[in-house]
Amino acid sequence: MSRMSFVEATRQALAAEMRRDGRIFVLGEDLGRGGVFQQYRGLQAEFGPARVVDTPISESAIMGVAVGAAMCGARPVVEMRYLDFTLCAVDELVNQAAKLRYMLGGQARVPMVVRQPIGLWANCAAQHSQSLEAWWVHVPGLVVLCPGDPADAGPMLAAAIRADDPVVLLEYKELFPVEGEVGDPTLPAEIGRARLVRPGSDLTLVAWGGSVREAAGAAELLAARGISAEVIDLRSLWPWDSAAVLASVARTGHLLVAQEATEVAGFGAEIAALVAEETGARVARIGAPRTPIPFSPALEAAYRVDAARIAARAAAFLARHR
Amino acid sequence: MATQIGRERLLAHFRTMARIRAFEETAERLYNEKRIPGFVHLSSGQEAIPAGVCANLAAEDRLTSTHRGHGHTIARGGDIQAMMLELFGRQGGSCGGKGGSMHIADMRIGMLGANGVVAAGLPIAVGAAHAAKLAGEPRVVACFFGDGAVNRGPFLESLNWAAVHRLPVLFVCEDNRWSATTPTRLTTAGPGIAARAEALGVPACAVDGNDVAAVDYLAGELVASVRAGGGPRLLLAATYRWSGHTSADAGAYRDPAEVARAKTDDPLRRAARALGGLGVAAEELAAIESDVAAELAHAVQLAERAPFPDPAALYTDVQDIGAPTARVPA
Ligand SMILES: Cc1ncc(C[n+]2csc(CCOP(=O)(O)OP(=O)(O)O)c2C)c(N)n1
Repeated sequence: MSRMSFVEATRQALAAEMRRDGRIFVLGEDLGRGGVFQQYRGLQAEFGPARVVDTPISESAIMGVAVGAAMCGARPVVEMRYLDFTLCAVDELVNQAAKLRYMLGGQARVPMVVRQPIGLWANCAAQHSQSLEAWWVHVPGLVVLCPGDPADAGPMLAAAIRADDPVVLLEYKELFPVEGEVGDPTLPAEIGRARLVRPGSDLTLVAWGGSVREAAGAAELLAARGISAEVIDLRSLWPWDSAAVLASVARTGHLLVAQEATEVAGFGAEIAALVAEETGARVARIGAPRTPIPFSPALEAAYRVDAARIAARAAAFLARHR
Repeated sequence: MATQIGRERLLAHFRTMARIRAFEETAERLYNEKRIPGFVHLSSGQEAIPAGVCANLAAEDRLTSTHRGHGHTIARGGDIQAMMLELFGRQGGSCGGKGGSMHIADMRIGMLGANGVVAAGLPIAVGAAHAAKLAGEPRVVACFFGDGAVNRGPFLESLNWAAVHRLPVLFVCEDNRWSATTPTRLTTAGPGIAARAEALGVPACAVDGNDVAAVDYLAGELVASVRAGGGPRLLLAATYRWSGHTSADAGAYRDPAEVARAKTDDPLRRAARALGGLGVAAEELAAIESDVAAELAHAVQLAERAPFPDPAALYTDVQDIGAPTARVPA
């Protein structure tokens, strides 16, 4: 265990994978200077510009080139800079990468990783802040990972690289500089396993990515009010650890899913629906209002799903159903 | 300055460029002093292009802009006070505080918006021109974009469309040689941006983008052909981005000598020298610059004291049908 930032853990994991496997190459804009969040700092110096490729501003080509390369034996890692710019490459991701194996009757695989820095950050407003994880979870063929802690950042990236499926890796921008206790960041994680953040008995709080910290903060606030909340970091959105969530809700009887994304038709709805179907437990969600993301800090404060909001929602939910 | 230009017209350009420069320097300082949220993309050093192009637009014309859009709005006659309020995220901002620097728009002057997505403005400009043509309105659309944008698909799709439909669009490529932290030449193949445009059926002209009289003259010629129904044209204006990609970027990846050399070719100083040659006294230019400084100082003072938007504004202007409301927690 050592203290390390989320972004440093990803750098170490990527470098270790690239040393291990010469088929891996990275492609995206401005990577030679380290990338927007310094995820690639030093990598071009070590691996050269052929394996850390500075691409044109050509998102469709970045994604499409990765698809073609992956079909033919390479292991591309795509950097989308901001999740929002993936929307310039959705055909290549959704119509091509996700479906090719199936459509081709299993003749080809598309083992690629698509890194998408996600979420609110530094008042970047409506085109640089979105959380669209539900879009990707909805698409058959894609694996969707979303680490919520520095300890998981490297292992989930390594696991994504080793997977033979196309993997969308969602990295919350606000988590990049966050430091934590990190084991070996290069050891691949097991995909599909949730993490227990905090045990509790009255309520199960499920979150992922940047919302994990908020959910943990909410549990703290709830504890002060005599409510014991169990917090689960989902880590992997597809596949997701329904067994862990169901087991927890079987004990607490109440589920609240907290997400930074728009509440309507978010991934939280899927979790709540499955838990309701399987257990009959009380379920609830909290997410952002269905508005674009505003620039002004005054409006962002009204938008953001923070610990206080989650706690208030949890308390009201329990008060109504206990 | 080889191009013939009248004293009053050049003085007007000087004032426009001085206002852009002052706005950018103010925005940079406000960012560094952590007085405004978010980031700003500054266009210092590139002022001659919007000044020279927008001087050739008529009241009914329109324009689209980029993430580096302050200069376009100012040259078009945008309200500096509203822009400053927007940078601060306050009530009365161009977009009511919802957009910020990267999304400033002003429909009253046909300014359809800065844009956070590279090359997104091109098809929007073409659509604006298409609508004008459908409606039989004599409007020209000026479409500003950077050299990095020519590697995205919308560049090809938009130029081709505009040419196929002979639409009244003036594409203006501000070639400042950098795409964020990467020199554009390292990611761009072929014989250049003008040749790409020509291959798509859009006649192109290159200009020294730091020479406001030259930009004005060529833009005038091109706008006239576009307005006469000759179809789209492209103006390729060479310039340099003085600052980092955003206000958060010190630009350490650039050779300081390259930046220093570029700064000796200052479009404002060039215009000032030409004005001197036309008999304008240095004091007259200094007076313009101090007017502008006072205007900016006043705008900042008002903006910083202005109220933030009411949190209820979060829910307004999303859509009519199925508009969102705050969920009452239960
Ligand atoms: C589709 C898309 N990809 C990437 C970005 C990130 N980005 C913002 S500005 C920029 C560089 C643009 O260069 P250029 O078009 O030359 O304009 P300049 O910044 O030089 O004015 C990049 C890569 C973006 N905003 N949109």
